[in-house]
Amino acid sequence: MSIQLEYLKNLLYFSGVSFAELESISKLVFEKTADRAEMLLLEGEPAENLYFVASGVVKVFKTSVEGKEQILSIVRPGESFNDISIFDSKPNPVSAQAMGPVLLYGIKRNEMEAIVQNHPQIALNVIKVLVKRVRHLLSLIEDLSFKHVIGRVAKILIEHIGGEMGRGPRLTQQEMAAMAGTVREVVGRSLKELEEAGAIKLDRHRIIITDKEALQKLIEVSS
Amino acid sequence: MPVIEPQKCNGCGLCVGVCRNNALAVVNNVITIIETVECDWCTDCELVCTTGAIICPFEIILQES
Repeated sequence: MSIQLEYLKNLLYFSGVSFAELESISKLVFEKTADRAEMLLLEGEPAENLYFVASGVVKVFKTSVEGKEQILSIVRPGESFNDISIFDSKPNPVSAQAMGPVLLYGIKRNEMEAIVQNHPQIALNVIKVLVKRVRHLLSLIEDLSFKHVIGRVAKILIEHIGGEMGRGPRLTQQEMAAMAGTVREVVGRSLKELEEAGAIKLDRHRIIITDKEALQKLIEVSS
Repeated sequence: MPVIEPQKCNGCGLCVGVCRNNALAVVNNVITIIETVECDWCTDCELVCTTGAIICPFEIILQES
């Protein structure tokens, strides 16, 4: 079995598909490589292909008109991206960028449509993939819409300032996310917003609080 | 420097691929820091790690007025 066939066999998209069917599908798969920071999808552009990550990592994100970036997902080996626009034939709703050297396996939109029409098992698998995507996005929407995360992050920063007696606890963004009841992606954005507002300065492994009053005001607003 | 917990590392190498400063390498199937000066604390290695084997903790300090 070729590496590509072995890879396809383990994808949720092709779970439960026979070897013969997989072999015919594999003939439609093409390889694409990209270097670090290379854009793989641009928001608003026509969607041409469905991609599976074979190696490396891809960042899927949206950018606001002010240029602020919100990461929607980190796509690792064995996962796919561009699943939404490939099936509704509308432009890409997101952008995607290689975080390092990547190897992708792609299937053209029209060929993926034919595959789904001819293989009910794959149609079911696609539903499972899309449901997983919807659940993840719903969770992100909840965090971004209903929670005053920035105030909570401000509170966490103030509560964990290193004192005169020594260094305070060192916190990762993942730990801050767990404390704020949100996800790491939202903490990353909150820290950037606090830095842009002049309340903190990110200096490599240090978060320097430059305006403690501004942080306290944010806590009051969000409580 | 990023903190590595070797027992959690599965040797997948995703962090090596995303490190823009070539500060990491997989040695004997475990992630290792090979370059300490160039790390700019982008935290991408932590972001892509699925096992929590590499973390980038922040020290929080108050600027002296």
